[in-house]
Amino acid sequence: MKRRNQSNHLLLLGASLLPGMGHILLGKHSRGRPLLAFTLAIILLLYWRWQVFLKVFNTTWFDYWLAAVFLIASLAASVIYSVWDVRRLLTATPKGPQGKSPFQLARRRFTANRMAVTALYVIAVFYILAILAPLLAPYDPAAITDVLSTRYLPPSTEHLFGTDEFGRDLLSRALYGARVSLSVGLLAVLVAISLGTVYGAVAGYFGGFIDSILMRIVDVIISFPTFFLMLMLVGIFEANIVFLVLILGLTSWPGTARFIRGELLSLKQREFTDAARAIGLPNRLIIFRHLIPNAMSPILISAALMIGGMIGAEAGLSFLGIGIRPPTPSWGNMVSAGQDALLVAWWVAFFPGALLALTVLCFNLLADGLRDALDPKSLMRRFV
Amino acid sequence: MVRYILKRLVQAIPLLLGIATVTFFIVHMAPGDPMDFYLEQRYRRNIDPELIELIRQKYGLDQPLHVQYVKWLGNLLQGDLGESFAHRRPVSALLAEVIPYTLQLTVLALLLDALIGIALGIFSAVKQYSALDKTVTLSSLIIYSLPGFWLALMLILVFSVNLGWFPTSQTRSFDYEFLSWFGKLLDLGWHLVLPVFVLGIASAAGTARYMRSRLLEVLNEEYVLAARARGLKERAVILKHAVRNALIPIITIYGLSLPFLLGGAVIIENIFAWPGMGRLALSAIHARDYPVILATSMIAAVLTVIGNLIADVTYAMVDPRVSYEKKKPV
Repeated sequence: MKRRNQSNHLLLLGASLLPGMGHILLGKHSRGRPLLAFTLAIILLLYWRWQVFLKVFNTTWFDYWLAAVFLIASLAASVIYSVWDVRRLLTATPKGPQGKSPFQLARRRFTANRMAVTALYVIAVFYILAILAPLLAPYDPAAITDVLSTRYLPPSTEHLFGTDEFGRDLLSRALYGARVSLSVGLLAVLVAISLGTVYGAVAGYFGGFIDSILMRIVDVIISFPTFFLMLMLVGIFEANIVFLVLILGLTSWPGTARFIRGELLSLKQREFTDAARAIGLPNRLIIFRHLIPNAMSPILISAALMIGGMIGAEAGLSFLGIGIRPPTPSWGNMVSAGQDALLVAWWVAFFPGALLALTVLCFNLLADGLRDALDPKSLMRRFV
Repeated sequence: MVRYILKRLVQAIPLLLGIATVTFFIVHMAPGDPMDFYLEQRYRRNIDPELIELIRQKYGLDQPLHVQYVKWLGNLLQGDLGESFAHRRPVSALLAEVIPYTLQLTVLALLLDALIGIALGIFSAVKQYSALDKTVTLSSLIIYSLPGFWLALMLILVFSVNLGWFPTSQTRSFDYEFLSWFGKLLDLGWHLVLPVFVLGIASAAGTARYMRSRLLEVLNEEYVLAARARGLKERAVILKHAVRNALIPIITIYGLSLPFLLGGAVIIENIFAWPGMGRLALSAIHARDYPVILATSMIAAVLTVIGNLIADVTYAMVDPRVSYEKKKPV
């Protein structure tokens, strides 16, 4: 009996070398199917784009490197994960009835929200497509060939999204544009959230004089129409991408700061803070080890709520011609290029804008789902 | 009440001074010399360096930064916003021209926001989980997520280019001067439809979402139950008891939506060739026209501060629970 069991284990572990198979044989479909689909997609892509993939070895272009390394690493990661997880499932001894941790409860609430889960998948797919852009793009996004015969071609099987005024393939440009748009939004949110969290935590924890000074500064910044401020800063500094990320991040943190401050005001009254103080921890450690980790769900929610707006702001600035400037494609400046051609070629403005709208929509759905999952009492119906 | 308003006004002064200072130093820290842009745009050829120096002196750009700052602030306090480098006209005259156009857009957009947003929010909360509610909830989320500039272009494509219902841009037709007063009014309204719609609909979607969740919360309150128990008609329960209470926090949202509308107006004005403040600001940024950049940012900040103030004051007025005398400003 035992022996049969063991050979069974080996069989299942072997099946897991094709990620997902092991899970499916075990009956864990919800985990197995996405894993299998992901792996098959990578293998198909490698098969389909093998020639492009080989370019890695004779080019020093960073984009190819990143895409190729990502592809191989995710393939390896999914194999390792699936073998590890199947092994864990096989050796796990059935436990008695158990309570669930708050995180597990939140995860269950989140996965019950089908819209949010779908949105999460769409976002993940978009980011993966953006990273893999060099392997996926059917044409060189900057290639200008015979302009007269290739400009403003309508969408067709050859050019799925059509071509623009220089005859460049819009699908390829949209893929490369996704890299800019998606990464600028994400990084700017990282900047804003980290700054806002630390700032709000310091203000909330110390209170008193420090708090009122810090909050007055926040009042000044918040009294500025944010988009106007971004416009001014990005415009007069003629920002490059790094600078754009910094400006977007540095103009958007006050909301988070206020919010985290409020959260800390209540957290610092709790017993665990008293305990931490009683054992003589320095303030720095109390804030970073005890208070901020406990404020993690509001931080996460405000990040999710912010990112859609941030991607929109970058697109708006690029649309006005002062964010990401051509020839570097970003969804915003692609729509801007389409504005001039609206009468002759609607597709130039339509596709990048539709991708942008879909991305922002998914982030908003995700934020809603996260808020409902992490904050079941919905104390934070409104986020300022 | 009056004391509260006065107190808030006094508090706004250091705030605005802070904003003015920050804006001034940011603008002057920026790389690039306004003279380069100024001369390049106007003459496009080499000019005697002495002349450049002369112009620089005329605008006070040769002095150290702190002197410029003190001068600028002094003039600002006296209501003098300086002279535009690019337009060679007083900034106040330029602003007087453009602000009415921006106000037209933003005020009408706010109205649209209030009407559509609150109405849809009420309907979908009252008929929770109905088909209407689901449609409103989903479509408001979608509209909320649409980038304004893209929506504007798509609407122009469909309604102006393909259907020809509305003009593609500008504030009035070419034959505006020859129309009767009624025709003029109609013409202006006709040009306003698309820009106002694009500007207002996104915030209306946000308001609808918020109104819905607030009303749902209020409908669970005991005083609503009490009203029902007294045998009031459902209509009266909703409108007189629930909605009025749910509306209170919406007011704060309006104060906060003003900066968003101003930001949105920059984009909308540029798409629709609308001669408002946003367009002026953008062209000033391109031309390094310091006085205009500073003035438009200050106006935007002042409007935001006023918006917040109005929101707080009306909040105190409609909600008797807020004691504005003791309320500590956040």
